[in-house]
Amino acid sequence: MSSSGGGTSVRVIEGSETGFATTRLDALLNWAKKYSLFQYPFVTACCGMEFMAMASPRYDMARFGAEAPRFSPRQADLLWVVGTIVQRQAPALKRIYEQMADPKWVLAFGTCASCGGFYDNYSTVAGIDKIIPVDVYVPGCPPRPEAVLDGLLLLQDKIARGDRTPGIVKPRRDPAVLGGNLDLVQLGKKTPAKGER
Amino acid sequence: MSKRVLDALIERFGADVYETHAQFGDETAVVNPARWREVALFLRDDPRCLMNMFVDLTAVDYPLRTPRFEVVLHMRSLERNHRIRVKARVGDEEGNNAEIDTLVPVWKGANWFEREAYDLMGVVFKGHPDLRRILMYPEFVGHPLRKDYPANRIQPLVPFREVTEKLPPFGPDEGMPFGRQSHDDQRDRTGEVN
Repeated sequence: MSSSGGGTSVRVIEGSETGFATTRLDALLNWAKKYSLFQYPFVTACCGMEFMAMASPRYDMARFGAEAPRFSPRQADLLWVVGTIVQRQAPALKRIYEQMADPKWVLAFGTCASCGGFYDNYSTVAGIDKIIPVDVYVPGCPPRPEAVLDGLLLLQDKIARGDRTPGIVKPRRDPAVLGGNLDLVQLGKKTPAKGER
Repeated sequence: MSKRVLDALIERFGADVYETHAQFGDETAVVNPARWREVALFLRDDPRCLMNMFVDLTAVDYPLRTPRFEVVLHMRSLERNHRIRVKARVGDEEGNNAEIDTLVPVWKGANWFEREAYDLMGVVFKGHPDLRRILMYPEFVGHPLRKDYPANRIQPLVPFREVTEKLPPFGPDEGMPFGRQSHDDQRDRTGEVN
């Protein structure tokens, strides 16, 4: 097919002329899983408002393929545990996790979900990993939306690599102080005592 | 202004008002727990008081005193525009016999507050229409806001995971710099109460 006037022409490629790409099946499936996360928000406390801000246009979680919140565990594969989980809620959370279809992932949003936060008492579960396995921990009370997006990208990266070990969103160097080469304290690293090297 | 309410209360109940005091403008009366509901009815209905708004009811634990618990009642009069606090002391050293009349027939709003005081403190409200736990689950043993409830005892409803795969990538000493550092190890995870 060619246009009648002008110098341009359009030709339809057909049959054996089309190109092809090779990949491994698991890589293809992981790539598909990575961009079709159906999320189940289990929102219990103050982090819930942060989650709403995350999902709203300013931070727009939807642009990472984590678009559709499903309030049915059978249609979801990413469980966001957003807020404090108390002992009384723990059976419900565990049942929701068990009802989700495999493959499924869990993201702990904020310190309360990650480790119990500042609650150390009779009522609060000291971290949801006491009950269900967690893939990504995002610390912060509440976490910055950027940190949560970091956690989501970390999870997508882990899905693409087929990695099921737990990960944590580490505090970053502030770009504003990078010029001054000021090292922030990293989680999990002891600062050497005086006299040590 | 609320002093007049205290005067009326003393005039009506005499020696059953054990003591009165005022702090920061809040008038308080400590009354005989046996006449708890009479006091409440008087405060609600007497034309000098007209405490038509139930504000709050709670309990305080003083483990070293002999009547161990103080049931604290806050009221407000929307018509006379004054407020008053009434206390009654109940219970022995072990927290037994902490019984007091319910105020649900006086103010309907007392219902959930009395359930809360029963749940967390163990004060029994005689005649309450529905005295169940309200915040803790029914399986919970004990009353967690009593000061002799062990601070590190938890009573989980689901067993905690014991698997070693998928452990959190941070150490047990991280995350709670001001809490009890070894709380993970000392806790009773089986749910038994010892």
